[in-house]
Amino acid sequence: MDTNTFIKGLWKDNPVFVQVLGMCPTLAVTNSATNAMAMGLATAFVLIMSSTLVSLLRNFIPKQVRIATFILIIATFVTVAEYLIQAISIDIHKALGAFIALIVVNCVILGRAEAFASKNSVGKSILDAAGMGVGFTFALLCLGAVREILGSGTFFEYQVFGHGYEPWVLMILPGGGFFTLGAWLLLFNYMKERKAAKMQEISA
Amino acid sequence: MNESLSYIFINACLVNNFVLAYFLGICPFIGVSGNIGTASRMGGAVMFVMLVSSICAYGIHLMLEAINAPFLQLISFIVVIASTVQLVEMIIKKFSPALFRALGIFLPLITTNCAILGLALFQTAKGYNFIESLVYALGAGAGFTIALVIMAGIREDLDIADTPKVVRGTAIILMVAGILSLTFMGFAGLGG
Repeated sequence: MDTNTFIKGLWKDNPVFVQVLGMCPTLAVTNSATNAMAMGLATAFVLIMSSTLVSLLRNFIPKQVRIATFILIIATFVTVAEYLIQAISIDIHKALGAFIALIVVNCVILGRAEAFASKNSVGKSILDAAGMGVGFTFALLCLGAVREILGSGTFFEYQVFGHGYEPWVLMILPGGGFFTLGAWLLLFNYMKERKAAKMQEISA
Repeated sequence: MNESLSYIFINACLVNNFVLAYFLGICPFIGVSGNIGTASRMGGAVMFVMLVSSICAYGIHLMLEAINAPFLQLISFIVVIASTVQLVEMIIKKFSPALFRALGIFLPLITTNCAILGLALFQTAKGYNFIESLVYALGAGAGFTIALVIMAGIREDLDIADTPKVVRGTAIILMVAGILSLTFMGFAGLGG
């Protein structure tokens, strides 16, 4: 039961591929695997911390102002995350730029606070947030890896192809982000169709 | 910082279009681009909220600098944007109930539109003065509206086109957005 709460964020309810939430950071910072990883971890951190706090306070927050309260809680942790990243690595802080601050308006986080943490116990909320956070990081890595390998011929800054490789620059540009995510969604749709067709075959 | 006002406007509107180059406000871009009418009304509402919150963000930035508390920036920005949206909602409801009904759920959703928070953060980071901030907000709002309306136009045609079943839905919208984004890169020469 409890493992299920964690697992569903990874695959079945993956925030990016299935729910299509939090598109802005997903597309904007995935031009390299390192950036994608950093963004995913930062989001996961904010997600877990704010879910914990929302869950702890769920009986004290009046219903009318709950969204405003959630946003305040999230904004606080995003500020913490921003200073943390700045302390750990100035380079990553520069590469992510304003997008660290924009974690505040990532719909995944507010969505989890509203749909799960405000109704469930602390333990379950943490599990749920961790699952969603890992799922989000995984999705970002999927995009970042494809874009970095094709767009600059490297993976986590290690050369993948020889020096003769002509980088496919389009993939690191904004357009490439849309194309890569579109292609991933296409793959998922295709897999879902195949599965549905197989199920029908079995039952028929 | 000595950029001409027209440069700031074109830069925010076309060259660095918020949706297609910065990936801000993708959620309404995908969610509300179903038909041209709703898309343009949504664009108008976003542009108005952008203008108001740009003015507020400028004031807040001055105030936070005076009391030397930059770490409060993000929290105060988001609170101001949330209350601006609420205020706009009340004003529209009072003076134009018809428009209020037409916008419906999209009005409160503007709060979580990252384009607005992004605008507030960018204008502060770029150190624009009051007039420059206003022009920047206008340009960004116009750019958002243009992108949204173009997308809605394409989607209206896409609905009647014969597309394979697998690509229908978000996948094809993202592909089209990618092509649009490439097209907008052609404006790069305008800004320099």
